[in-house]
This record gives sequence, C-alpha cells and structure tokens, in this order.
Amino acid sequence: MTQKQKIALAPWVFTIGFFLLWEIGCRVFNVSSFVLPTPLSIGKAMWEYRTQLSFHSFHTLWMTFAGFAIAVVFGLGLGLLLGSSRIVHAGTYPLLVGFNAIPKVAVVPILVIWFGVGWMPAVLTAFLISFFPIVVNVATGLATIEPETEDVLKALGASKYDIMTKVGLPRSMPYFFGSLKVAITLAYVGSVIAEYNASKYGIGNLMARASADFNVPLLFASLIALAVLGVVMYAITAWIEKRMTGWAQRSGFAAN
Amino acid sequence: MSDAFVRLDHVQHVYGGEGGVLAVEDLTIAVKEGEFAAVVGPSGCGKSTLMKLATGLQFPRAGSVVVGGEKVSKPVKMAGMAFQNPVMLPWRTTLDNVLLPLEIVEPHRSRLRKEKAAYVEKAEALLAQVGLKGFGPRYPWQLSGGMQQRASLCRALIHEPRLLMLDEPFGALDAFTREELWCVIRDLHAAKKFTVILVTHDLREAVFLADRVFCMSARPGRIVAEREVNLPRPRDLDVTFSPEFAEIVHELRGHIREARNVH
Repeated sequence: MTQKQKIALAPWVFTIGFFLLWEIGCRVFNVSSFVLPTPLSIGKAMWEYRTQLSFHSFHTLWMTFAGFAIAVVFGLGLGLLLGSSRIVHAGTYPLLVGFNAIPKVAVVPILVIWFGVGWMPAVLTAFLISFFPIVVNVATGLATIEPETEDVLKALGASKYDIMTKVGLPRSMPYFFGSLKVAITLAYVGSVIAEYNASKYGIGNLMARASADFNVPLLFASLIALAVLGVVMYAITAWIEKRMTGWAQRSGFAAN
Repeated sequence: MSDAFVRLDHVQHVYGGEGGVLAVEDLTIAVKEGEFAAVVGPSGCGKSTLMKLATGLQFPRAGSVVVGGEKVSKPVKMAGMAFQNPVMLPWRTTLDNVLLPLEIVEPHRSRLRKEKAAYVEKAEALLAQVGLKGFGPRYPWQLSGGMQQRASLCRALIHEPRLLMLDEPFGALDAFTREELWCVIRDLHAAKKFTVILVTHDLREAVFLADRVFCMSARPGRIVAEREVNLPRPRDLDVTFSPEFAEIVHELRGHIREARNVH
C-alpha cells in the first residue's frame, strides 16, 4: 500500500476504530444506556427517528447557511474596511473584540424579545457568532501587503482602489477562505444554540425535547447527526478554499 | 545643469515627525535624460530614501524635487521600479505579473482589453530578451530567484517608463547570475535609452553599468563625490578586469571609506 492510499484510508480506520472502542468499552464495563448508549443502539435510534432527524437536520442546515452567508458578506466588507483604514481599525477593534467575547447563548434571549421564537434568532445567532474570524482574517491579509509591492504600484500612479483590487483582495483570499472553515463551524454552533433555546424546529430543538423526555439514545443520535453535518460543511469549505487559492498552498511542509 | 531630468535640490528628509530620524540632508543630485546614474554609499545612508523622493513616494521636509521638468508633489506615474526582493504577485502567472503596470498606467490601461494580444506579444518579447522565453505561463514561485528578478525587470520596463529606479536589484543573487543580469540591464538601457537611477553597494556593479557614480555619506546622507565613468560603451564584462576600471573602483572605495569615517 502506498503512502497516499494509507492517508486516504486513515480517516476511515480511525473513525471506525473510535466507535469500536466505544462499543467494546460500554460492553466490558457494562455502562448503562441511560448514561452512555453504545454506538449500535445510537445507530438503531438514528434509524428509528430517521424522518425526524433528517427533517430537523435540514432545518438546521438552512439556518446555518443563511447566517453564514450574511456573515461572509458582512465579514468581508468589514474586513476590507478595517484592513484599508488604520483609523477604522484602531477605532472599531476594541468594540469587535468586546462583542466577540460575549457568549452568544446570552444574546439569544434578547433576539427572542426582538423577533420572537422562530427562524430569526437562529439565523442571527449563526451570523453573530461567525463573522468575527472572517473580519480579522481579511483585515490581516490586507494589512500584510509588502510595502515594496505597494511602492511599485504607487510609482505607476495607482490609486488606493487599484491597489486594493489588484493586490489587497487577491492577497487576502487565502486568509478569507481559511477563516470560512472556522466560521462555518461556528455558525453551526450558533444556529443549534438558538434552536435549543428558541425554536420549534431544528436539531437543537429536537435535542431539547429529547432531553426533556430523558430519551438518551435520541439525544446521542442528534449529536452524531450534528457531527456528521459539521464534517460535511467543513469539507465543502475546505474544498472551495483549495479550488480558489491553490497558489497559496504550495508548501511541501504538510505533504506527508 | 538645467537639462537635468531628475533633480533633487538641497533636500532634507526626516522619518517619523518631529525629532525623527534625519535620513538625508542637503542632498543635491542631478541626472540627465537617458543617463545611467548609480548611487553608492555605506548601508543605511539614505539611498532608498533618495529613490522614494525621486518617485514621489515620499516628500522632502525641505528642498525641492523635480522630475521631467515638474515639481514632484505626488507619485510620478511614469517610473518603473525593481527592488532586491522581486515582489511578484504569487496568484498571477509571470506573464500576468509583467502585464500588471499596463493595468494601471494610461494610455495602456484603457487599451489593454482591446489590444490584449499585442500587449501579450510585447511582454513575451521582453521576457525573451531577458532570457525567460517560454516562462510566461509559469507562476513566479516556480522560478528561481534570478529568474524572478529578470521578470521583475520586465515588469519595471513593460510600460516603457522614462525613469527606471533600481534599488539593489541584484543584491540577493549569486555572482554569476548578477553579472549576467548586469549585461541584461546594460543591453536594455542601450536599446531603449531610458534614464536609470541604480542604488547599490556594489562598486563594481556601479562602475560597470553607470555613466556617472554618486557617492553618499553616512546618515544623514548627502552626495560627497561624483565620478564620471568614461569607459567606452558597449562595455564587455572583460572591462571589469582592466586597470582603468580598477582605478575608478579604487577611487570610489576611497570616498566610501571617508564617508564611513573609517581610517
């Protein structure tokens, strides 16, 4: 088997191994299914509740993508603004950091007061929790333009807009796409938190109800569904990143 | 010296506001149109400041800077620049990097889209001239340091600037590549007759390429000596082994030693 095949196989082997260990551990130590269900019983629960799970998963995905889309547009815009103006950067940074430090679960009740229970709090929480890394990364990409590159263009009479579009934007793209991987996972956390507290639909809501019923297998089935969706969304953004900014990933450092 | 193309008159420049670093003081230099001027001096003497002043990237605290008959009050819009670091944009192919100035400088900017093919042909011809034939579609990071520096020269020249600014462009290269590129820039200058200001700390490089060499003092920098290089053109690399060449280099070395205050 070549190194490449081994690497392609590794995630599957490790994942299956993890669940195998879990199953064996539960059986050997005779853990009550009320405390920690075995993967097999979780699998059974997933099958049993498949219609509910897929319905609510779909809802959660929707909320996440909507919030994420707003975060991308807003984060990109604010990042460009911060990266191109030192005054705006200095002025807004403490505000941004302070806002980012607020646990977003604390914001959900406020959103409910404003917009009521429904899709609004979920989308907004997803947005609020995920725009920060995008802003910081885009701003960093712009702020680290080599001064020589700027000099070359300025000596040709380039405007600030020229420098932004010819150098700033393309240069910050690897940072931007890198931040998307973090942001999509955060957005997902945000929408689930909001659903848990203030929605009639979504995996978060399903979990809240399962937990109230002490339906531990369904609780764990929801967790697994969340994890799978998270991996899928991460993989999609990682793929997009690779397609868009292949020029930035030429290091052989992590190749093997 | 009324026929000077680039002229700095008693220029003073300070970095960082009141009480900042005095980079150059009482700096006076005049370079004629089409002339190849070299500026040498100890490190940190304000050579790069001189370049920034002459291209309008910085403005003097005192004194005046005139380029092409106009007082410089904004970036000059016609200078090609190359640095020690080739600063190619890694997301563009070498060809697209070379074409970059045309996307900014008029009249090319508005013509580029319509006459793309002609411009690409021109860029490819220029690449071939510096020995990079066929490397246009490659990305800069697929090229060696010396090749990137050649491409960077092409980018500095593609819009046919009247003024070429070179800030130690061969500093990071090995001796053989450096001498090869000396010849490249010598031939380009002979063919196109633009004005060059080359900043360097390599005296042999300065004497081999330039019509006139200016020596700068330690900071705050000013011109302490000016030496006409009357070696006949075209110059061959062999000229660097001639006694006349050695004599000029030796003389300049003396000026630099004085400028550094080392006896």
